[in-house]
Amino acid sequence: MNGPIVSVRNLHKWYSGVHALKGVSVDFARNEAVGLIGDNGAGKSTLINILSGVQKQDEGSIFVEGKEAAISSPRDSMRLGIETIYQYNSMVPTMSIARNLFIGREPIKYSLFGFGVLDLRKMREESVQAIADVDLHLRSPDALVGELSGGQRQGVAIARAMHFKSKVMILDEPTNHLSVKETNKVIGFVRSLKEQNVTGIFISHNMHHVFESCDRVVAMARGQIVLDKRVSETSIDEVQSVL
Amino acid sequence: MKRMLKIYMEKPELAALLLLLLLVVLFQLRSGGVFLSFDNLRGFFGILPEMALVAIGVTVLMICGEFDLSVGAVFALMPMTMAVLMATGVSFPMALVAGLLVCVAIGLLNGYLTIRFAIPSFITTLGMMFVARSLTVVISGGFPPLLPTDLPTWLFTSFVGPGQLLRMSFLWFLAIAVLVSLLLSRTNFGNWIRATGGFLPAADALGIPTARVKIACFILCSVLSGFAGLIQVLRLGSPLPSIGEGMELQAVAAAVIGGTALNGGVGAVFGGIIGVILIRVIDNGLILSQVDANWFKFAIGSLTIFAVVANSWLRKRAKSIKVEV
Repeated sequence: MNGPIVSVRNLHKWYSGVHALKGVSVDFARNEAVGLIGDNGAGKSTLINILSGVQKQDEGSIFVEGKEAAISSPRDSMRLGIETIYQYNSMVPTMSIARNLFIGREPIKYSLFGFGVLDLRKMREESVQAIADVDLHLRSPDALVGELSGGQRQGVAIARAMHFKSKVMILDEPTNHLSVKETNKVIGFVRSLKEQNVTGIFISHNMHHVFESCDRVVAMARGQIVLDKRVSETSIDEVQSVL
Repeated sequence: MKRMLKIYMEKPELAALLLLLLLVVLFQLRSGGVFLSFDNLRGFFGILPEMALVAIGVTVLMICGEFDLSVGAVFALMPMTMAVLMATGVSFPMALVAGLLVCVAIGLLNGYLTIRFAIPSFITTLGMMFVARSLTVVISGGFPPLLPTDLPTWLFTSFVGPGQLLRMSFLWFLAIAVLVSLLLSRTNFGNWIRATGGFLPAADALGIPTARVKIACFILCSVLSGFAGLIQVLRLGSPLPSIGEGMELQAVAAAVIGGTALNGGVGAVFGGIIGVILIRVIDNGLILSQVDANWFKFAIGSLTIFAVVANSWLRKRAKSIKVEV
């Protein structure tokens, strides 16, 4: 049980002529907060999209808890305990918080071939609990997500990941367009993942955010990993110089 | 109190409902009490289900983020298919199955083409509208076949209920409206429809089979339109190839009047039905008030614009009511 929770080996990805990932291999340990840094086009989004099942690698393999995993859809990824929180698209703004929390994983009262009647009471109760668990204060689970602030939305997305007991949480630029206060809150979330036995992969442009909240920093450039060090053994200057 | 007000103002069908009440009162006064008379209501409820069924399908599809302009043509094609088959001796149940299969095929094709080639459904279904309308005329050979005399009209169009107020079609409409409404609000599939139309990238990222959800909505829309066409043909007693013309846009207008958002995610089956009732009330009310019937389209047009403006105004007002969430 001490091996890495997720490891990727020799991952390649081409986009019609562009070699976006050139043999990336990296391990993510249990309960570790890893900052993934890189310029636009460095390949970090591609790596994340492959782990979350949005895209499929052309070559290479992914291991989850030591077993080789075939991830070909977001559902596969979620089933393996990998939850991804995107910058924009993790919530449907026209739906309520309670409904958003359970999209695709609705609690069902009676079902036939996977279709069934929603357990609306359970959805409300559990969403209230899930939101309280991440220290977010929202009065009603029936409020539309579109009415929440950016930080609150990220909070709800994190609550959702927590509720479904994910083992790995990928946060793709979660602090973009957030106020300073809300950014601090999200960074607090990333820090607290450790206590909840969740591995966090935190993608950001902002070095300070990464150094503040992560144990390890992985830097990517031109489709390769160019630096992989403990935060305590490196500095912002060193990371910047390799990018 | 503020909270309740906010919740109601956010209901997109509210504006239409208020307007409906207003118009009913107005027409009742203007028509000298004829509007709400038993005989007029009997006629009103006899026609209502046909367009309402179409609007239910269109509303669900619009909530899912897509359009269907072929509903009016399918409305004519389905019963024509049945009539042609029955003229060659096929029994009513078999012809019904065949007619519904034609609708399923059209819905499937609409959805498949739209998604596979990533084209706007506006275009796909515009093309399908011409194709289906043309097929209707072609298979009838220009001369609509006579319907057999032993059709089970009792199941679809006969008058029933207290004082023979309602037709059977109204009961069909009621049952389907309740079922589709529950499907949308109370099932996981309904949740997927809303998520797909509300914000497609999020629905995809959460593992919703969005392509299949959309195709299912296209099929539902086609089948309901075809079924509505059958009801009209059974009521009229003859399968005219021109029925349902202009219906596609009226159905979209009904959905929009009832608060359905053009870009998906927002709306309710109940709203679409209110929209249809409003359109029918205006049609009927103008005639009873002895207004020149050519004003009908003018009224529908202004109503559509007014409803959208009113809805967005209400939503903005609701948003500005400060209630902590």
